[in-house]
Amino acid sequence: MSKKMHIKLNVNGKDEEFLAEPRELLIHTLRERLNITGPHIGCETSHCGACTVSINGKSVKSCTMFAAQANGAQITTIEGIGGTDNLHPLQEAFKEHHGLQCGFCTSGMITRATKLLEEIPNPTEEEIRFGMAGNICRCTGYQNIVKSIQAAAAEMNAAKEAAE
Amino acid sequence: MIPAEFEYYRPKDMAGVLSLLEEHGDDARVMAGGHSLIPMMKLRMADVPHLIDLQDVGGLSNIEINSDSIHIGALVTQSDIVEHAGLADVAPILREAALQIADPQVRYMGTIGGNVANGDPGNDMPGLMQCLDAVFTVAGADGERQIPARDFYEAAYMTAREDDEVLTSVTIAHPQGGYAYEKQKRKIGDYATAAAAVQITKEGGTCVSASIAMTNLSDTPVYSEAAGAALVGTSLNDAALSAAIAAMWGDIDPTEDNRGPIAFKNHVAGVILRRALERAWSRA
Repeated sequence: MSKKMHIKLNVNGKDEEFLAEPRELLIHTLRERLNITGPHIGCETSHCGACTVSINGKSVKSCTMFAAQANGAQITTIEGIGGTDNLHPLQEAFKEHHGLQCGFCTSGMITRATKLLEEIPNPTEEEIRFGMAGNICRCTGYQNIVKSIQAAAAEMNAAKEAAE
Repeated sequence: MIPAEFEYYRPKDMAGVLSLLEEHGDDARVMAGGHSLIPMMKLRMADVPHLIDLQDVGGLSNIEINSDSIHIGALVTQSDIVEHAGLADVAPILREAALQIADPQVRYMGTIGGNVANGDPGNDMPGLMQCLDAVFTVAGADGERQIPARDFYEAAYMTAREDDEVLTSVTIAHPQGGYAYEKQKRKIGDYATAAAAVQITKEGGTCVSASIAMTNLSDTPVYSEAAGAALVGTSLNDAALSAAIAAMWGDIDPTEDNRGPIAFKNHVAGVILRRALERAWSRA
């Protein structure tokens, strides 16, 4: 057996340290080792985006990265974006605008969308569709996902203006 | 899908990478973003007992724009190419092509070095680099050497890079004239059914030079000198476009697969090249 590695991650603000084989994929670290089950395993082939997390500020499909590669990184999952008592505007908007049906893709969708809205705070429909192209939904037909992201962008921009 | 066991290394410099390659030979592979290699390892189609992660190696992540050339480090990501402030001014075709690769998540991880060095005929950057007459720098135990992109690709996954060498950078001259990277794909994240890279210059309505390369229509990218030559001296009228497309057909060698039969691929290659030429000409 290959030698286990000492890996340190910061996940949703919490430091984690563990020993793992180099072949351990980050999605398995999150779900099985750390019990962070928001990121989902969908296709396991880097197509569907259900496993999307933010790593050092970039959206990454965590099924296509070894935990060893992320050693030392800051990781944010849906759990770090908002929870039942403090929904993020994107979570609120997905709920309000029916941006999900079965919900399987939603954690990846919202995690990716937080980064998209950092890059483009007021995206057009075309920019949303292009920027969300790495996340697949088999229920909604995407129409309401686009609407949800637009609504969240408007809400976040209004809140930002009010704060200034 | 869990890969076979391997040892993982993250050396801090190229000397460390090269000594690991020397020690482990064929059993070692270097990895940048890993978005070509890791899926193959998960499918156990790639067996990599010793995996060398390049992410901590310094000096490979810069985009330098000099007065007559552009130097791009191997670890520059597709996303870096899209976002870079000055690059799209001097070589807009790079951004146009990078935006057509995979999806946002993959573009944050996928690198230019991995894309050109892997030798996958489906990758977009190799054809583009042949169009731009790029030169690749590879580092090995005996130092660095330069290999033109047009001489680099031998067959699918077979390149002029030796197993104990690492591709460290790509250098191109500032592209001149109009440009287009046109790609037909079945869906986001798919490889091209056909793609064309075009740079073209004109003087007073007449084509002075044209460089054309095609993607995923052979077991290597295809630089079609004949297609470019068919356009020089013309006004890119319909006859000239048809002659260039016919010349391109003579150079490609598509195979039947799940993207369609050979006749369909030839047809799509013709349509895509025509669109690329028309768009490049309108920008020249």
